[in-house]
Amino acid sequence: MDHVTATHPGDSAAPRPHVAENLVEVDDLKVHFPIRAGIFRTQVGTVKAVDGVTFDIRRGETLGLVGESGCGKSTTGRAVIRLREPTDGTVRFDGADLGELKSGDLRRMRRRMQIIFQDPYGSLDPRMTVGSIISEPIDTHRLAKGNEKKARVADLLRIVGLDPTYVSRYPHEFSGGQRQRIGVARALAVEPEFIVCDEPISALDVSIQAQVLNLLTELRARLGLTYLFIAHDLSVVKHISDRVAVMYLGKLVEVGPPDVMYARPGHPYTRALLSAVPVPDPQAERRRKRVILTGDVPSPVNPPPGCRFHTRCWLYERLGKPEECRTLDPPLREVAGEHEAACHFAEEALETDVGVAHIDERPVRRGTPARALEAMASERSAATPEGTVASGTS
Amino acid sequence: MATDTRVLSAGAALTRTSEGVWRDAFGRLRKNRLAIVGLFGVLLLAFGGTLGPMLAPWSYQVQDQAAVLANGARPLHPFQDSTHILGTDELGRDLFSRLLDGAQISLSVALVVQIVVLTIGVPIGAIAGWFGGRIDTYLMRFTDVIYAFPDLLLIILFSVAFRETAFGQTLNGLLMVFVAIGLTSWVTVARLVRGQMLALKETEFVEAARAIGVSDRNIVVRHLLPNGIGPVIVAITLGVPGAILAEATLAFLGVGVQPPRASWGWLIADGQRFIRTDAHLTLLPALLIATALISFTFLGDGLRDALDPKLKGKQ
Amino acid sequence: MTSPTDDAWEEPSVIDLPPEEALREARVAKERRADRAEKLLEVRGLSTHFFTPDGVVKAVEDVSFELGYGETLGLVGESGCGKSVTALSVTRLVPDPPGRIVAGEVIFDGTNVLSLSDEAMRRLRGKEIGFIFQDPLTSLNPTLTIGYQIAESIREHMGLSHKAASERVVELLSKVGIPQPRDRLTDYPFQFSGGMRQRVMIAIALSCDPKLLLADEPTTALDVTIQAQILELIQRLSEEFHTAVLLITHDLGIAAGMCQRINVMYAGRIVETAGVDELFEKPQMPYSWGLLDSLPRLDDVRGARLRTIEGLPPLLVDQVDACLFSPRCAYARDVCRESEPALTPRGSSAHLARCWATEPGGWIT
Repeated sequence: MDHVTATHPGDSAAPRPHVAENLVEVDDLKVHFPIRAGIFRTQVGTVKAVDGVTFDIRRGETLGLVGESGCGKSTTGRAVIRLREPTDGTVRFDGADLGELKSGDLRRMRRRMQIIFQDPYGSLDPRMTVGSIISEPIDTHRLAKGNEKKARVADLLRIVGLDPTYVSRYPHEFSGGQRQRIGVARALAVEPEFIVCDEPISALDVSIQAQVLNLLTELRARLGLTYLFIAHDLSVVKHISDRVAVMYLGKLVEVGPPDVMYARPGHPYTRALLSAVPVPDPQAERRRKRVILTGDVPSPVNPPPGCRFHTRCWLYERLGKPEECRTLDPPLREVAGEHEAACHFAEEALETDVGVAHIDERPVRRGTPARALEAMASERSAATPEGTVASGTS
Repeated sequence: MATDTRVLSAGAALTRTSEGVWRDAFGRLRKNRLAIVGLFGVLLLAFGGTLGPMLAPWSYQVQDQAAVLANGARPLHPFQDSTHILGTDELGRDLFSRLLDGAQISLSVALVVQIVVLTIGVPIGAIAGWFGGRIDTYLMRFTDVIYAFPDLLLIILFSVAFRETAFGQTLNGLLMVFVAIGLTSWVTVARLVRGQMLALKETEFVEAARAIGVSDRNIVVRHLLPNGIGPVIVAITLGVPGAILAEATLAFLGVGVQPPRASWGWLIADGQRFIRTDAHLTLLPALLIATALISFTFLGDGLRDALDPKLKGKQ
Repeated sequence: MTSPTDDAWEEPSVIDLPPEEALREARVAKERRADRAEKLLEVRGLSTHFFTPDGVVKAVEDVSFELGYGETLGLVGESGCGKSVTALSVTRLVPDPPGRIVAGEVIFDGTNVLSLSDEAMRRLRGKEIGFIFQDPLTSLNPTLTIGYQIAESIREHMGLSHKAASERVVELLSKVGIPQPRDRLTDYPFQFSGGMRQRVMIAIALSCDPKLLLADEPTTALDVTIQAQILELIQRLSEEFHTAVLLITHDLGIAAGMCQRINVMYAGRIVETAGVDELFEKPQMPYSWGLLDSLPRLDDVRGARLRTIEGLPPLLVDQVDACLFSPRCAYARDVCRESEPALTPRGSSAHLARCWATEPGGWIT
């Protein structure tokens, strides 16, 4: 599969030509929020939440977007589907510039791109029944009426693993995981091609996270969906994404396939991020060489000059505080095939083994021991109805 | 504590049968005894005000002078005469019937003033809240100005100014009273609606609706109004006592509803001179005003507790 | 701060004391409090119930464990499993009503906690137990400067003068890694970032040199890089001052890195307890298996379907004599539904599990 390499921001003002394989093309996206103060509410500053982000998402691909709070990933997700007006830059969906569309066309386009939210408690209207919540998109786009609509709603509930009789219930009667499933059903109601998943499992319990993650993976395969998966959990993102993009203070610092990128990160921030993720393996934890970043994330109102990360960058210190880092904002450039990084010294960053979780050649240990799986398998084949299976959904 | 509430909700959520949010609230209301007492009082007022004057033994204007003369030219006391259960005033007008007329006046004040309040307050608040920005600023500063006016003074001035006009004479001045009180009381509702709009506009489910492509109009109608209406209902319920009191005060001062209509306030004013000998003329209307006020207040408090979002569908 | 060499490169995140001073501090700290019993904390048969209009919620049922001096113990489980309530019960902070400790014994540093008067308990809590909660924003008083809040505790429980207390506050702030501590004494909580606020909370928690640090999801609200800083800080300080840590978390990764021993809780009970290596190497309870299975890990093979635990945690209101995990357990048999298994040893008395299947003689051994 060919990959269109991102141009360097600041190159040409015109966006790149549309490539048929790309469903989503984002060019130099910027979202700035004015800060107003005083009686007349004059603008005193700008929050540069997203400050020049460029990427593509191929049809059927899942692009993971990770970063810590304040990096702009949620804002990016919303700007891509035009829930937020970008301050600058273009977003093209299947070749069409979303900024150029008239409101009626934009509304029709919304059928093809949907969003799943993070908060299972806030994203569903508490006064509407589950049925109404899922019907609303169908009504808005006039996709079905009467009995056909009811059938579709029931189907959607089944697809996400919920009992169709739940249509007349209200959101507060369900658990967090179930509410997320309702949110997924709502997003699927219009038969979209592209879904922005904004931290869809962060607010859920561990065992429920896995269920919803499996659901999203299955749906992707079954319905041929394209995802922009936004999360702060690197392990989750790796699990579901074909490529991962790391954001810091409104810009992309690294993009690449997770297997490659996680093993050999080309950006010091990615290394720090990876090294900070706890791994459920006590021996590995003991042996890790962690990179602990100093200080807090700088404010997006006043990002540091040059490379935004240099004020906390361990590589910067180690290399003797090179001047480029202070003065020049490094562009996102290719380091190996699909792997790109925005660092003047990406080559050096690639070579060190600082920060990588040293989980090595030992086979990955899972929880369930082999003998338990064998015992269950032999039971099933002996056809004695003793093992219980899932009761109810969550 | 996050732990125990979620523990409880896991239980409650799956054992409770399907109930609407409103039914839930109504259930909570039913359990609140003071609220039920209040509701009872409100219903009594409603009954008295609508059907009362039709069922009253006497018309509120009729002067039974014979009975008064037979009583030594003194007002009759309660239970003194079987045709005038609560007695009469010095002109022989049946007190019970006049109290019922007063009930009608108070009830209509309760209803109509709140309608005026909603008609002015909701659109202003909704427009300010929905559009935000400069529109919001200007509308809210305008609201502040209105709020700054001393209500009663304004109402009195308004009444005195229009008392002699045709407008002021309609329904014995009742129409003018409605408008006067309504014009000054909409501020609370406007602010409330604006606040609700601002808060709800930013919720994720509204964002979700926009992501689906729901039109602005439908967002307001299907999402914002149903969610925002709770506090507004409470506000207008709690606003009624103020309106009733304002009307009574106007009548007491002689600038509200004019005789021969028997506003409770006027009855109190009129009965003052007999307070030592025929206290019932003052006490009974005063008692009724107090009852009406307390009833609406209890009901309003009960509604507020019942609709409190923190108690709704425990999360 | 930066080491020029390549290999053992660990950048410390706080201002370090010179080694001799650190040693001296630790020795002084050790002497300051004599260990009065064999174990710092002994909990036996603790049960805490909540009496609600919907019924009696048995949030914690028959929980027993021990915590040694200077040891780090993890209480691990999902929401509603009772881990927070256990910690609150041990420190007698359960809101009453509707909650009440209905059974059990809690011996802290040789003292029977449940029999103390409220006043004595308050003094014990202030002096010997430090708390770190999940949300530093709501745990700190927004209207008081942090200097005041930290000093308050010190003055109350250690009887120091204003000046001495201030000095100690500065010392504490620098220990937890707050730059320019003297200048920040007069700052208010909102002037700190999330990570810094959590450091302030740690400073308050350690201000009176407590024997136990109770950390309830201390990093859940923080970004992962800040989380790493805070966890490293807690670990280092607990080693330095020989402070035991009761760490409550849902994150098995954090538990793996911080704890020496782990209690896995489910539905108000401890379902497995083991040393950390043993638990991750040879877990003996299907819920533990499920938890470990369902985590996507950095070292995973990508895209493989995660093995999940179906269903939902049980309602703690209606309870039966059965294994509470059995409705979700793929290995359950009739006996699991008929009677609740007890915590029994698996190989050594240090590793206990509550499961019929993995008991000696069970069907998965």
